[in-house]
Amino acid sequence: MTINDTEVSAEVEPRTLLVHFIREQASLKGTNIGCDSSSCGACTVHLNGESVKSCTVLAVQADEQEVTTIEGLADGENLHPMQEAFRDCHALQCGYCTPGMVMAAISLLDEVPTPTELEVREGLEGNLCRCTGYHNIVKAVLQASGSKS
Amino acid sequence: MIPAAFDYQRADSKEQAISLLKEHGDEAKLLAGGHSLIPLMKYRLAAPGVVVDVGRIDELSYVRDEGNYLAIGALTRHREIETNEMVLANSGLLAAATQQVGDPQVRHRGTIGGALAHGDPASDIPSAALALRASFIIEGPSGEREVEVDDFFTGFLETALEPEELLTEIRVPKSPNSKWSFQKFNRRAQDWAIVGASVLIDDNQCGVGLVNMDSKPVRALALEEAIRSGASAEEASQLAAEGLEPPSDLNASTEYRSHLACVLTKRGLQESGK
Repeated sequence: MTINDTEVSAEVEPRTLLVHFIREQASLKGTNIGCDSSSCGACTVHLNGESVKSCTVLAVQADEQEVTTIEGLADGENLHPMQEAFRDCHALQCGYCTPGMVMAAISLLDEVPTPTELEVREGLEGNLCRCTGYHNIVKAVLQASGSKS
Repeated sequence: MIPAAFDYQRADSKEQAISLLKEHGDEAKLLAGGHSLIPLMKYRLAAPGVVVDVGRIDELSYVRDEGNYLAIGALTRHREIETNEMVLANSGLLAAATQQVGDPQVRHRGTIGGALAHGDPASDIPSAALALRASFIIEGPSGEREVEVDDFFTGFLETALEPEELLTEIRVPKSPNSKWSFQKFNRRAQDWAIVGASVLIDDNQCGVGLVNMDSKPVRALALEEAIRSGASAEEASQLAAEGLEPPSDLNASTEYRSHLACVLTKRGLQESGK
């Protein structure tokens, strides 16, 4: 498969989960494993441009497909606008949910470019954060979209 | 959590999928979006010997207007259905039920056919299919057959699909002028429904599908009959749980589920103009 524009090839068992392939075969540790049961969204990556929970996708399902992880967003030293917005708004505390939250937020804006606050909250319903109370996360996504909060 | 080991086969056409099912019989399970099967395999509640991946059979991903019904390919993803103009215009109930499935990530992967073939009584889509009187096109080694929704769900996680058969299309009668409501009661946004109800009123026709009110997805037949006979929402909703055996678990007792079914169907009927 292609991860962050780089071809990654490995022979794995069919039962290997995409998140394990990303972390172990591709050695990209930015994608976290949280609940491991498709509830928390910490493992969210993009598969062919759409957010998915990589703990509930088999690596073989992503064979020959395009995967983007949190490491694939920044352009050299320049952060992705969503990463900038998370930094500016202090949209994280412990940071564990952040990679998945950022990936889900980018996918949301691809589908709804200028969401309302409610649309942001509903669009991120698949991602849990136990620190922030979501307030600053919502603020960051609205800032990245150019919408007024 | 990692699934038990299995052999993986990818089918590139429905013919190839059926031939792989024929070859492996009971040992094989079909994998579409994977959002019902993979969690079960991770919890080791399912351990198929062979997984036949049908997720890339693009010919089974479509929504077509066929005159008086919409034909929806079994591998059409939830995201496509909830945003499809034809579905929104002709079957608002199906779009609303689909929007309640999991979360955006789940809807990017999960398919309508996968959700229906899984046959979970707590799932949202079957209740809409029941209220809408959908039908199912099933293909197998001996050809194609059409099964009405009332004959499709046969028991807990069981459907009319034989081990060698593939669900290929869902036919949803168009109801552009219907009034409808999708009611779901749960404690947290992403949870499965403790009880849910799909209500469709079209002229004098009434369809009510219930979520998590029996061992399989069911219609509220006594309630539907009462509405056809002119009963009010208040009166008819009292019959929502008649003849049903709702489960009792950590979230709700049988009695509480029966109560919820009455409350939710009453709200659904009222929202649908009854």
